[in-house]
Amino acid sequence: MSEGNNIKKFMFVNRKAPYGTIYALEALEVVLITAAFDQNVSLVFLDDGVYQLKKAQQTKGIETKNFSPAYRALEGYDVEKLYVEKESLEARGLTEADLLVDVIVLGCKELGELMDQQDVVLSF
Amino acid sequence: MLHIINKSPLTNSSLDSCLRVAQSGDILLIEDAVYAATFGNAFEGKIREAMGRFKIYVLQPDLEARGFADRIIAGVLPVDYGGFVDLTTTNKNCQSWL
Amino acid sequence: MSNIEVDGKSYETDEEGYLVNLADWNKDIANYIAKTESVDMTDQHWEVINFLREYFEEYQIAPAVRVLTKAIGKKLGADKGNSEYLYGLFPYGPGKQACKIAGLPKPTGCV
Repeated sequence: MSEGNNIKKFMFVNRKAPYGTIYALEALEVVLITAAFDQNVSLVFLDDGVYQLKKAQQTKGIETKNFSPAYRALEGYDVEKLYVEKESLEARGLTEADLLVDVIVLGCKELGELMDQQDVVLSF
Repeated sequence: MLHIINKSPLTNSSLDSCLRVAQSGDILLIEDAVYAATFGNAFEGKIREAMGRFKIYVLQPDLEARGFADRIIAGVLPVDYGGFVDLTTTNKNCQSWL
Repeated sequence: MSNIEVDGKSYETDEEGYLVNLADWNKDIANYIAKTESVDMTDQHWEVINFLREYFEEYQIAPAVRVLTKAIGKKLGADKGNSEYLYGLFPYGPGKQACKIAGLPKPTGCV
């Protein structure tokens, strides 16, 4: 179906913490569904969005599904480009070692340039 | 008075506004506000400063859900749902900063 | 909501027959659901069901068919990691039907 010239660059921008609102989970579901369309997909975690990738989430106490393990399944869906903004991590006292998946850490300027290159940007 | 905050301190001004307006009392951090109860982030200084004027509580199940149970600022008091209810009854009134 | 009866016990399912409480699942329930789907369970079927259970255990989602096919190929060999083989075992779809027997939710994005 998808010839080379039909492939578009899709970027999903995640800026919300998990559980407090539904945005993080909705974004993840959209990414998992659209992975079937063989597009060039990247995910960006910015501001409180970086909290989505924090290790050690334990949701038993709030009786909500812990969806954080699904970020590790993204690789199997051929979604391999996960970008995290350096400034957002630092403002939250987090390092790559606190995150449950391998990510590419970019400064805000590089991230802005990457955004510019996209065909479609979806913000959550 | 009990002040209940449920928004992240780094993307929403409700905790900032609460700390500016309220002079003393209890603050309970729940949902996305629990990040404010943790150390290492850009808001930590403001919480430490506020601890002189307020008693600060955090809802433990919300902290665990977000993977931050091991980063609570010393002096911030964790409570469970029962403790949440107790705080609403021991205070004569309460405000949810939405 | 509806219910299925297995060994005198009642289990809740949704309107499409997927188990509501994932923790309810056991092999007897799997065999029961397979029967209602007209699937004769063999070792080859169990291999896929067990794989799905492990996948869900690790990632907390049911994999899309494409992802399942690829992952099975990686783990069990290329002769099993293809749609002919998997649809041969589960004619109504290795996603939809196998997940139902494995006691998992319907894969995300599967209609």
